[in-house]
Amino acid sequence: MAEAPVPRVACRVNGRRVALEGHPMSRLLDALRLSGLTGTKEGCGEGECGACSVLLDGELVNSCLTPLAHADGRSITTIEGVASDVALHGIQQSFLECGGSQCGICTPGMVLAAFDLLSRNPNPSEEDVRVALAGNLCRCTGYMRIFAAVLDARRRLGS
Amino acid sequence: MDAPQIGRSVLRKEGRAKVTGQALYVDDVTPAGTLHGVTVRSPIARGRIIAIRFDPSIPWGEYTVVTAKDIPGVNIVKLIADDQPYLASEAVNHPEEPVVLIAHRDRARAAEARRHVTIEIDPLPPVFTIEESLARREIIWGADNVFKHYSVAKGDVDAAFANAAAVVEGTYETGAQEQLYIEPNGMLAVADPRRGVTVWGSMQCPYYIHTALAALFNLPVDRIRVVQMETGGGFGGKEEYPSVIAGHAALLAWKSGRPVKMIYDRAEDMAATTKRHPSRTRHRTAIGPDGRLLAMEIDFTIDGGAYCTLSPVVLSRGTIHAAGPYACPNVRVSGRAVATNAPPHGAFRGFGAPQSLFALERHMDKVAAAAGLAPDEFRRRNFIRTGDTLAVGQTIREPVTMGALLDRALALSDYHQKRQRFERENARRSVRKGIGLAAFMHGAGFTGSGEVHLSSVVAAEATVEGTVRILSASTEIGQGTNTIFSQIAAEALGIDAADIEIAQPDTAIVPNSGPTVASRTCMVVGKLVEMAALAVKHALIDAGYLPAFYSRTEFRSACARYIEAFGTLRGASQYAPPPGLKWDDEKYLGDAYGTYGWAVYVAEVSVDTRTWETRVDDFVAVQEVGKVINPTLAMGQIEGGVAQGIGWALYEDVVWREGRMINAQMTNYIMPTSMDLPPIRVYFEEVPYAYGPGGAKGIGELPMDGPAPAIFNAVAQAIGADVTRLPLTPERLMSVMEESAVG
Repeated sequence: MAEAPVPRVACRVNGRRVALEGHPMSRLLDALRLSGLTGTKEGCGEGECGACSVLLDGELVNSCLTPLAHADGRSITTIEGVASDVALHGIQQSFLECGGSQCGICTPGMVLAAFDLLSRNPNPSEEDVRVALAGNLCRCTGYMRIFAAVLDARRRLGS
Repeated sequence: MDAPQIGRSVLRKEGRAKVTGQALYVDDVTPAGTLHGVTVRSPIARGRIIAIRFDPSIPWGEYTVVTAKDIPGVNIVKLIADDQPYLASEAVNHPEEPVVLIAHRDRARAAEARRHVTIEIDPLPPVFTIEESLARREIIWGADNVFKHYSVAKGDVDAAFANAAAVVEGTYETGAQEQLYIEPNGMLAVADPRRGVTVWGSMQCPYYIHTALAALFNLPVDRIRVVQMETGGGFGGKEEYPSVIAGHAALLAWKSGRPVKMIYDRAEDMAATTKRHPSRTRHRTAIGPDGRLLAMEIDFTIDGGAYCTLSPVVLSRGTIHAAGPYACPNVRVSGRAVATNAPPHGAFRGFGAPQSLFALERHMDKVAAAAGLAPDEFRRRNFIRTGDTLAVGQTIREPVTMGALLDRALALSDYHQKRQRFERENARRSVRKGIGLAAFMHGAGFTGSGEVHLSSVVAAEATVEGTVRILSASTEIGQGTNTIFSQIAAEALGIDAADIEIAQPDTAIVPNSGPTVASRTCMVVGKLVEMAALAVKHALIDAGYLPAFYSRTEFRSACARYIEAFGTLRGASQYAPPPGLKWDDEKYLGDAYGTYGWAVYVAEVSVDTRTWETRVDDFVAVQEVGKVINPTLAMGQIEGGVAQGIGWALYEDVVWREGRMINAQMTNYIMPTSMDLPPIRVYFEEVPYAYGPGGAKGIGELPMDGPAPAIFNAVAQAIGADVTRLPLTPERLMSVMEESAVG
């Protein structure tokens, strides 16, 4: 018996038109990772840790809680879409320089959460940063260097 | 020669790969034809296995199924005692104990099949607490439920108590803590009888897995290969348990002939893998009329869970640290690790020391009060100084600056002024404030003769391009191994850290540098990196290819000439103890550690007396860890450790029911978020250590020791009641206050 064809969902990922494979109710996280974009990480699978954060039409979502069907016709940005081919994005450069990444597993989600914050609010206070990153858990840094990185990126992107 | 490489915040070596999402963790790699493995576990704490039933509605022919009888070698996880099976076959001793392994090419179907295996067990009475284990109504391990007992003694304790001006007693308890690295445990294995076994995965200790797999498969060591992938945090949680997952994945690969990936989901990782040992410590302390410590009697007991695993070593470190950084002439410490029917507790940053130091530093505040002294003044009078001897008989020969660390911490936290102000204002407030301190030390490297037994090796290899590759088994798990090794090697070679390459830990390529644990990577293995790099440099000088002062170009051409003439340019080093270091394993006496990091931490808290929530408002961490190799990374280590300490003190509550963790989710096991932490202010005093690379000591575990007692001392000031048991959740604090109101 031939297996049923794998359903596909048409969307844009990092600016490119793609067809992500998977059941409509499967997780966007799995479809992205199966497509080769393994920068999006799974930390808990229940929307607590934020390691799987991506931007869906510019909105920060946990891809472990997002059904693939929700991506239909929409635009997704993953960590692979943040840097240009030649240079790091300012947020990534700030994370690198300020020590905002240690083991690195939360970093893709953190960078996207910071990206989301700075696109909504180009001049956040440290309190704004704390609130914006509250859905992204980091066990290594104690967050201090992540706050410093986001505030450094604010300066870098502002100038 | 380049500028100094040590003492600079060189950028994280693999940082670019991490901020772009290109770094490859084990779950990011899936070879063609990979099967997904899952584990069927014991549903109960203790009993005899009667039968394993496979539901006939599942087409088992499509699955690979492994039980204990499929194991080609010995069914034991090789570590300290040979008591823990890879797969239980006759008896189970804790909930979640692995019994059957299943693999299928479809992950979801593998997971579903797991629910169609029934393990029929004839239950036996379980033991769940330290008290029940010590009562010995049920013997669940060995002759007496005790994995290990240590005694440390100095002076004449009984005589000192007879002459005391005051005696202070207290009992302190700590709960289990989950490491909660954000990348769950995982392994990928290929295995067949002809080619042997190879595993790639998330781990701290490639050679621990190497040894364990050789025994499990009864294969010569050259047929086993272990490769560390990028690892998303460890904190001790990827020290010993990865040997179990690697073995399980490899058994499925061996039987199926296919690559097998085994990635734990969060719930399985939390419920089945190791946690910090719960503990109970009893203190009895005698002081003289001048506020000096006369005698300390300490009973330190940890809950090891169902199998021995690393409990004796955790106990050893906890026992040695139990009397802290004080000069006390008469000390008796009794340490015991006991068995319960919970999943084995294991390595977690600090390794027993946070437990015994929590008890000590909370107790010292009460002793200070009995002496009529402020907490800082009492400690200052009793601090250990150069030339004094610790409880295990180690005489401190290097400069110890506890008094200076205390002064700095008091000034930076505005301790005295705040303590008075809070005292004055608290009575009128529903949100009460407190400030507390903790003074402590942490031994760097393996305990006692551990480093001599390990005999770690590191190699350095130059290329014709003038870069030097460091070959070591020390893993980068976020703490900065790659970066600091590059700086240490570059400093020794007089080149730039960018010209150092760190080989991926792969047992087929790197020598055994020992495990990545015990605050040993920088100080012990880093020193070996320095020596191996110096061996490369001296080979070039001895061959006459390198002048006394040289440029990068000259170094490169010297490497090229050497390699052309001799084929390869490789330097190696092996651990030798610093001169004069002595340890007696039998008597448990001597130089327990090569050196110690020293610290004073201050916490400021608010306690809301309506909700009993405690918040840390400010945190000052002052420490002496020798020369700081990379300030940004070192501060990151301290901040991260303090955050874990705050979590352990206030939020992280493992809730047990019948030996099983019932809150095995990030939703209801609460670690600190970005909203929960105070500013963590970190300061270093730098006293170079003669036997560390560039003067550096160990750093990683130290910051776990101080936050909990500093916070508890602050809470005690805020609410005017004794607090002795962590975590101090609002529910627990409320019951403390109700009891103290009644009592």
